[in-house]
Amino acid sequence: MDALKYDLKDTYIVRFNQKETEIAMTTNNLQVFYGNKQAFFDGNMQFPKNRITALIGASGSGKSTFLRSLNRMNDDVARVEGQIMYRGIDINSRNINVYEMRKHVGMVFQRPNPFSKSIRDNITFALKEKGLKDKVEQDRIVEESLKGAALWDEVKDDLDKSALALSGGQQQRLCIARAIAMKPDILLMDEPCSALDPISTLKVEETMLKLKERYTIIIVTHNMQQASRVSDYTAFFHMGHVIEYDKTKHIFTNPAIKATEDYVSGNFG
Amino acid sequence: MNPKKTNTLALLMIRIIAVIVVVILAFLIGRILIQGLPHISWKFLTTSSKAFTSGGGIGIQLFNSFYLLILTLIISFPISLGAGIFLAEYAPKNALTNVIRMAIEILSSLPSVVVGLFGFLLFVVQFKLGFSILSGAIALTFFNLPLLTRNIEDSLNSVPKLQREAGLALGLSKWHTVIKVILPEAIPGIVTGIVLCAGRIFGEAAALIYTAGQSATSVDFTKWNPFDASSPLNLFRPAETLAVHIWKINSEGIMPDAEQISAGSSAVLIIAVLIFNLSARFLGQKLYQHLTAAKQG
Repeated sequence: MDALKYDLKDTYIVRFNQKETEIAMTTNNLQVFYGNKQAFFDGNMQFPKNRITALIGASGSGKSTFLRSLNRMNDDVARVEGQIMYRGIDINSRNINVYEMRKHVGMVFQRPNPFSKSIRDNITFALKEKGLKDKVEQDRIVEESLKGAALWDEVKDDLDKSALALSGGQQQRLCIARAIAMKPDILLMDEPCSALDPISTLKVEETMLKLKERYTIIIVTHNMQQASRVSDYTAFFHMGHVIEYDKTKHIFTNPAIKATEDYVSGNFG
Repeated sequence: MNPKKTNTLALLMIRIIAVIVVVILAFLIGRILIQGLPHISWKFLTTSSKAFTSGGGIGIQLFNSFYLLILTLIISFPISLGAGIFLAEYAPKNALTNVIRMAIEILSSLPSVVVGLFGFLLFVVQFKLGFSILSGAIALTFFNLPLLTRNIEDSLNSVPKLQREAGLALGLSKWHTVIKVILPEAIPGIVTGIVLCAGRIFGEAAALIYTAGQSATSVDFTKWNPFDASSPLNLFRPAETLAVHIWKINSEGIMPDAEQISAGSSAVLIIAVLIFNLSARFLGQKLYQHLTAAKQG
């Protein structure tokens, strides 16, 4: 395996000056284990606020594992060590209320997974569970979220129809709307376009560019064009290590590490 | 042989098998209906049975069958639901839960006559419930639990894992996600399970002979206080069901029209199962649509 030839200690991780750049989330020495097997090593990353950070790398490089650790979705399947600092709190500590935390750190998944409920209920469901009873306010959030996800114009007359009747791309944007209806700070996206056709993909990408005005987005993607189109920063993952993390422009035009260069130029193997 | 011929041949075989199954079923149901339908009348359905003379009906037995079914479901459904949710959503995958699953499977293949004798010894004799509709319902619960639990577990498991993650990622607790998202999606499968169980309960005789008893004490359909001795809702009266009645007439019936009553009862039993199944599916579909907005989809 040629992929083994790279020195995993040879890394470049950008550090931000916190006086100039506001940081939404920081991981300190994050390690993820599946049983005894370590799947992710030594994550020390800062994610700048209102920016899109793309996580790229081959399958099995640990990027999804890393992403899913950030809102504790791996709690039942993996052991996550280290700190995840968000607003001065370590959200990886045991005594954190994960349900409350996930309202701040939302997630969109690889395959669209709307609830089999109406479009409206998909968005209001979690709000109602949180105790929002006011119908007018619910409607306002439904409209605002759907507009935020660039779906409003397509579905505004069909809000009571089943979400499962939507196309894949529409379903994924509904999932985005559902996530932003909770008003999170950070939106984690795990290959959100991998099940979508190119046109739907472009729509989701446009949506992301609009969303970053209000949210910090961290996105896992297999699609390097997508990473270069939408992200401000890119992290290259390889065999459970972050090899290089820098401005997207640098990663794709002038990477500091040989492994990154090989990966983005397609000579990886 | 070329692939096309193989395919044609295989298809032919499968079609023949399907036709055989359908023909057998159609023959059985058709025979029961043709023999039984002429004997069914409003009087037959509403009057009580007679032991020695002709002209008896099956009113009480028919009521008993439905009452027992509903009673059994009232007892067994909540237990199965809880057990099914636990096994599907919460139980860790380890040796203990595997043993539990295996025990459930073994319990489901227990011969019903064994369940009946167990119920007789424990509920009828030991707990002094006597031959009663309650003893019957509890025995049938034992009979019913494994199948229904397994069915609910499978129905819940067939809902994609992504739906659970969607709920969790919105900050909902696992319990909320299961009850409000996963369970509604599993309703069609659960309804199928209830329908299958209902068929088993309706048709069950062996487990009831020793528990609910073989006598249809006369009840007064104007008294609906369950504590009244002659009320149809009384839990402690012996209650011969339709299936037990059919068995009894055929084994020891001495009324002159035993054969006709048996044929009529069998037809009624099949129609009752059919009506129950259709209405359960209809109600399940309505509930599913209400909870999931699936109608428009």
